[in-house]
Amino acid sequence: MGKMFVEGSMAVALGASLSRPDVISAYPITPQTHIVEDLAKFVADGKLNCEFVNTESEFGAASVVLGAQAAGSRAYTATTSQGLILMSEVLFNVAGMRLPLVMCVANRSLSAPLSIWTDHQDIVTLRDSGFIIMFAEDAQEALDLHPIAYRIAEDKRVQLPVMINIDGFLITHTFEPVDVPDQAQVDKFLKPYVPFQALDPKKPYTMGAFTEPAYHMDVRYAMHKANLDSTTVIEEVCAQFEKDFGRKAGGLVDTYKIDDAETVLVAMGSITGLLEEAVDAMREKGKKVGVLKIKTYRPFPFEQVRKHLAGRKQVIVLDRAMSAGFGEILGGDIKTALYGQTGQPPVDSYIYGLGGRDIFIPDIEELVAKPNPGTHQSEWIGVKYDLLED
Amino acid sequence: MQELKDKLMKKHLLAPGHTACAGCGEALGMRMIIDAIGSNCIVANATGCSEIFTSKFPQSSWEVPWVHSLFENAAGVASGIEAAYKAKGRTDVKVVAIGGDGATADIGMGVISGMFERGHNILYVCLDNEAYMNTGIQRSSLTPFKASTTTSPSGTVSYGNPTRKKDLVAIALAHRVGYVASCSLANPVDLKKKVEKAVAHVGPSFIHFHAPCPLGWAFESDMTVEIAKLAVNTGLFPVVEYENGELVKVAKIKKVPVDKYLELQKRFKHLFKSDEGKKFIAGIQEIADANIAKFGLE
Amino acid sequence: MKVVIRPGILVEPGSSRENKTGSWRNYYPKFDHGTCIACGICETYCPESIVFGDKEHKFDADLDYCKGCGICAQVCPKQCIEMVLEVR
Repeated sequence: MGKMFVEGSMAVALGASLSRPDVISAYPITPQTHIVEDLAKFVADGKLNCEFVNTESEFGAASVVLGAQAAGSRAYTATTSQGLILMSEVLFNVAGMRLPLVMCVANRSLSAPLSIWTDHQDIVTLRDSGFIIMFAEDAQEALDLHPIAYRIAEDKRVQLPVMINIDGFLITHTFEPVDVPDQAQVDKFLKPYVPFQALDPKKPYTMGAFTEPAYHMDVRYAMHKANLDSTTVIEEVCAQFEKDFGRKAGGLVDTYKIDDAETVLVAMGSITGLLEEAVDAMREKGKKVGVLKIKTYRPFPFEQVRKHLAGRKQVIVLDRAMSAGFGEILGGDIKTALYGQTGQPPVDSYIYGLGGRDIFIPDIEELVAKPNPGTHQSEWIGVKYDLLED
Repeated sequence: MQELKDKLMKKHLLAPGHTACAGCGEALGMRMIIDAIGSNCIVANATGCSEIFTSKFPQSSWEVPWVHSLFENAAGVASGIEAAYKAKGRTDVKVVAIGGDGATADIGMGVISGMFERGHNILYVCLDNEAYMNTGIQRSSLTPFKASTTTSPSGTVSYGNPTRKKDLVAIALAHRVGYVASCSLANPVDLKKKVEKAVAHVGPSFIHFHAPCPLGWAFESDMTVEIAKLAVNTGLFPVVEYENGELVKVAKIKKVPVDKYLELQKRFKHLFKSDEGKKFIAGIQEIADANIAKFGLE
Repeated sequence: MKVVIRPGILVEPGSSRENKTGSWRNYYPKFDHGTCIACGICETYCPESIVFGDKEHKFDADLDYCKGCGICAQVCPKQCIEMVLEVR
């Protein structure tokens, strides 16, 4: 198809469409609405041949795609924020049943208070679900991650669902030039889905049995292990994508000017684009800064995090979410990975950008300039303390 | 003996060895229903008695493809299976959703409403044992007027469940479901015919099955069928059939006063102990009489 | 049968037959073949689906699974099934 100047939501819709889903069911919710609308238009114009099911809620949509996957079809859904939490019961079910669903989450804050703007509170709430959780930095990656995600999910060594995360509004509602691959090119990379198990009268199975204590932990361990071990498949598939399409997408982590960096900034989501610019600005002033981008949050890339952060003078983790009553989330995961390791660096963690609040290069420079690295834990950036009641 | 067993024992689509209570009306009805549906089906089952007593890992009583997801989403999962099979071009396989009264009328009401509205070719079967039986006899919106359950218990200042059963047949009809029927153990031949009609119907269909529960309603385990017959003959559970919104058949009853039905179940015994309670029995008789009048059951 | 943990929490169809629920009961049904007219109503109404028979052999219950609920005895039109206390 070639280069197109499209809205991020359209890039997502194209990525989903090119992956040839058989069943799509997604309930509209800002800022994911354009994705659903674009897909509905593809179907209405005969450009996408699939069953498009409009449901009464996100919970219904998730149940529909669970049923479709259980029946051996490739299914797709997309949601955000309140919708993600509403369907969370089904999503834990999907992961527990090892159904290779792929879905897009347009990250948005969680009510209350109601906010339609971006942060990662929705996705971090699902981090324990068993889903493979990947982050796209821009519209191109959002498109590319769709066939990549299906190929990872459906790999017999994995058989787990995948979430593709994009920052709401920042990616969904902005326009970027995107290289849209041909259907033939994608078909070569992503073969038709061959399910391990499917509901079929020709070969009846009982799916979704309940487990007593004697078996529960073992079934859960099997799922957890599959998630941990999927790092191999993720690297394999992303390497294959780079080979076939000539550009990088996904992976476990990505780095920017990290080799000689004394300070490393760690984050996930679209802010990593801004961090690259911040690094360039700081390097001009002589500061040796680099970026470690967490591209895959689950399975957590322990090896890569340890490799890239060991021995650094300062590690700064940016969290676009928080655990009320505790503080950092990604920050905690990074610290856990580094605990007791040779060359354990000092780690500072900051909470930024909740509910769509912007962050700028001077703010990043300020963080890097702060004295006493390793003493800043879960510090909130830019809170208007004067607004708070005494 | 084994030879005779092997030769004469009929094979059903629900295998023995399930862990339902002795005398379970739901197990009995579910076997009749799944046999009538036949093996060319896929079942999405909600959490509840019907799921728990048939699918404890690593055993299953189901001889048809079957999936269990959550308590409230059997209708949603069935919708997804139906869409997937439509996408595959395999429209001969019947998709069935099975749920109890809790799964259907309470927690799953929104999901089933969506399924009906979208017009999927799915048969929804509600196995109504009139309370959340699997979790220990808590009331549902299909618990009958003044029945005692653990969350609507009779006591010194209470006479049991204060509300009437939701009218599921009316709810299905309001969604323009093309085939809607209620059935009972009282007439297994009628039950079989209705299920077969529902399977043959293209589009959403709904079957409401009355499932007496010896444990929850508190009657002797051998009385299940007798209780089912009394529920029908009092008029408290009308056995009816609607096609495309028109009432086409009702099961005529040999009228029995509601006392005869209520006195056999300990969940109603508190009504017989006081004048106030007896007034409520009269109220239950009114409900029965209204059903008889509405459907012309006599 | 060997237990295997597979994705989908998959279980083989009909595998509940391994669970011999006959150990549950206190009473077992005794069928009087002399009075039995082989109407099959007992077979229709068994919740375990384990009553079997025909005109030639009359009817019996599979005691491997019978839970002793007594429905067959209650519905039999000829009252030819007696629930007998089982002593083990």
